[in-house]
Amino acid sequence: MATETLTLGKALNAGMRKALENDPKVVIMGEDVGKLGGVFRITDGLQKDFGDQRVIDTPLAESGIIGTAVGLAIRGYRPVCEIQFDGFVYPAYDQIVSQVAKMHYRSRGKLTIPMVIRIPFGGGIGAVEHHSESPEAYFSHTPGLKVATCANPQDAYVMIQQAIASDDPIVFLEPKRRYWEKGPVEVDQPLPEAYPLQAARIARPGTDATLIAYGPMVRTCLDAATAAAEDGRELEVIDLRTLAPLDLGQVYESVRRTGRAVVVHEAPSNIGLGAEVATRITEECFYSLESPVLRVTGYDIPYPASRVEEEYLPDLDRVLDAVDRTFGW
Amino acid sequence: MAKGDPGVSTRGRRAVPRSRKGATGDPELVQLLTPEGERLESVTGPDGTEYRVDFTDEEYRGFYRDLVLVRKLDAEATALQRQGELGLWASLLGQEAAQVGSGRALRTQDMAFPTYREHGVLYCRGIDPIMPLGLFRGVDQGGWDPNEFKFNMYTIVIGAQTLHATGYAMGVTMDGKTGTDEGEAVIAYFGDGATSQGDVNESFVWASVFNAPMVFFCQNNQYAISEPLERQTRIPLYRRAAGFGFPGVRVDGNDVLASYAVTRHALDNARHGQGPSLIEAYTYRMGAHTTSDDPTRYRIASEVEAWQAKDPIARMKAFLVKQKIADDDFFAEVDEQAKRESVHLRERVLEMPNPEPSSMFDHVYPNGSPLVDQERAQFTQYLESFEGSAH
Ligand SMILES: Cc1ncc(C[n+]2csc(CCOP(=O)(O)OP(=O)(O)O)c2C)c(N)n1
Ligand SMILES: [Mg+2]
Repeated sequence: MATETLTLGKALNAGMRKALENDPKVVIMGEDVGKLGGVFRITDGLQKDFGDQRVIDTPLAESGIIGTAVGLAIRGYRPVCEIQFDGFVYPAYDQIVSQVAKMHYRSRGKLTIPMVIRIPFGGGIGAVEHHSESPEAYFSHTPGLKVATCANPQDAYVMIQQAIASDDPIVFLEPKRRYWEKGPVEVDQPLPEAYPLQAARIARPGTDATLIAYGPMVRTCLDAATAAAEDGRELEVIDLRTLAPLDLGQVYESVRRTGRAVVVHEAPSNIGLGAEVATRITEECFYSLESPVLRVTGYDIPYPASRVEEEYLPDLDRVLDAVDRTFGW
Repeated sequence: MAKGDPGVSTRGRRAVPRSRKGATGDPELVQLLTPEGERLESVTGPDGTEYRVDFTDEEYRGFYRDLVLVRKLDAEATALQRQGELGLWASLLGQEAAQVGSGRALRTQDMAFPTYREHGVLYCRGIDPIMPLGLFRGVDQGGWDPNEFKFNMYTIVIGAQTLHATGYAMGVTMDGKTGTDEGEAVIAYFGDGATSQGDVNESFVWASVFNAPMVFFCQNNQYAISEPLERQTRIPLYRRAAGFGFPGVRVDGNDVLASYAVTRHALDNARHGQGPSLIEAYTYRMGAHTTSDDPTRYRIASEVEAWQAKDPIARMKAFLVKQKIADDDFFAEVDEQAKRESVHLRERVLEMPNPEPSSMFDHVYPNGSPLVDQERAQFTQYLESFEGSAH
């Protein structure tokens, strides 16, 4: 099996290239995705190789991007839409939650909207406002939408292809601060044999406490686990990968073993993914818990100016501090 | 005020060539100063409006000074970004005349709603150029009082501010502040790319239906990041106005005098209760979209060179020289001032303190929130737990 070392961004690019090759109905659309290859170069070279009918620079309007993609989907295409930054998805919010999410249901199953909405999300890149947000809860809260996020190049490569192949509309969140991180990617594994899209995965086994994260925070939790191991504490790290629907079987199994759970995300805590995960753990693993499920999250404030974002974002210290607290209970 | 009179004082009228229509070969473009520095006395717009302005020598020199200063301060900000002192910078290079012309046309009582690129308008409003740099340095998110400066905060979400401007303008009407020479007008800035946004089109509808005292000032700099104008429109942008029911005009955005004339005219119409209009300032983004961008990926050098020949400052200088309005001493003095002000700007940027981390919890709600208060307390306690440790 051929393994290449790719950045997460290049892995997404390679995955989309494969999807374009394998299915003539796949089209990529968004602002600056053509010649420029996107502001993060995730679609670099694709217009050159597949033409401007399949890799489409759209007018500057997010509602237009998603709304016309709905029409293309009704017509039999599989649109892969790029929203340039998390903070710019909201003009398309109506199309996403009222139209994309409901078409299948309203048509009593006669229509599918096999759309992927790619959104670079999260902070940590020193950007100005609207470029560092974590909107996953808005979409995860919407029945009819699926939400997935990758945390490493291998998953990026496979999951983007799986998302494009899926008939469900999927909001695909890309951890932009991890775009440049490298890792091995098996490039010729057949898609059906790959690890499934709608499944969590143990990113690092451990015995003493369970860290649950997704997207950009998986790396942070892995680093925290490495640091904890030096102090003799073995943390299990679970990468959720799919946020809607959540796949928590392995989480329950893990928490039953460790008795302690900490959920980590960048988004604010209030009504966030952590609240959902913590509640379900409590419901399923109540008698195994040695402490309440804790959350380490962004604060319940607008994403702050970049010079204080390091204080806002969960980091290794805050994660380990929470782990300590689960032991101090 | 007579239609077509941009309301400019006629002190010290200088003999200028007779008016010509379509001197650029583009009958749609309102121009009063050619790229060669030839002055046209007046020009007739597509709807028959005659634009003419006349200035004293002092005023002409003032325009030149503003153009040079605005460019120099912008270059300084770009340099500061390169040196890591700003996180990002959106340069106005090439768009100085559109901004200085329209910015100078504003009267004290008028309100402006900028994008993220209107550093030149800000300067012309008499605002300290340091003001927007906190946003680009990452120490704040604007943080100024729009009402104090009659200049809204920068808006990064494309097009959103056009609706805010329209609503503000509706408020001006509700307050009975139109219909006289002292009436208030509102100007909204946006780009060519923004014209595709729903918000911008909705603001056209609102402004039209409510006859809002609005000027829509579109700087068509030919690009929305990498996407050329053709990705947003098949017709000249100014002509969109007709479909919404108000006048539109295309002005040479590299001509500071014409930019002033059309903006003053539109603002005066608005303040007199004659409703909105759209100005398309035809210009060019000479630099990258922002410091994060690499324009060599999507446009050719010869295109940039062609626009270089239409430089807004060079033509103003040619005019001043030809008409003997300014001499070498003046130009040297302006350069000196520009240098002084940019050094001063740099010094103050370097001194901008990082925000106190706990200040991120300030101003989330005017009436406060127990949740935010609790998180602030926890945050403070957490930071204190490191005190005395090696951390
Ligand atoms: C709603 C929204 N979508 C996307 C972006 C990202 N973006 C920032 S500037 C820009 C292009 C804007 O082009 P234009 O309106 O012509 O203004 P210019 O930058 O040329 O002054 C884009 C797509 C954004 N800021 N807001
Ligand atoms: Mg533009």
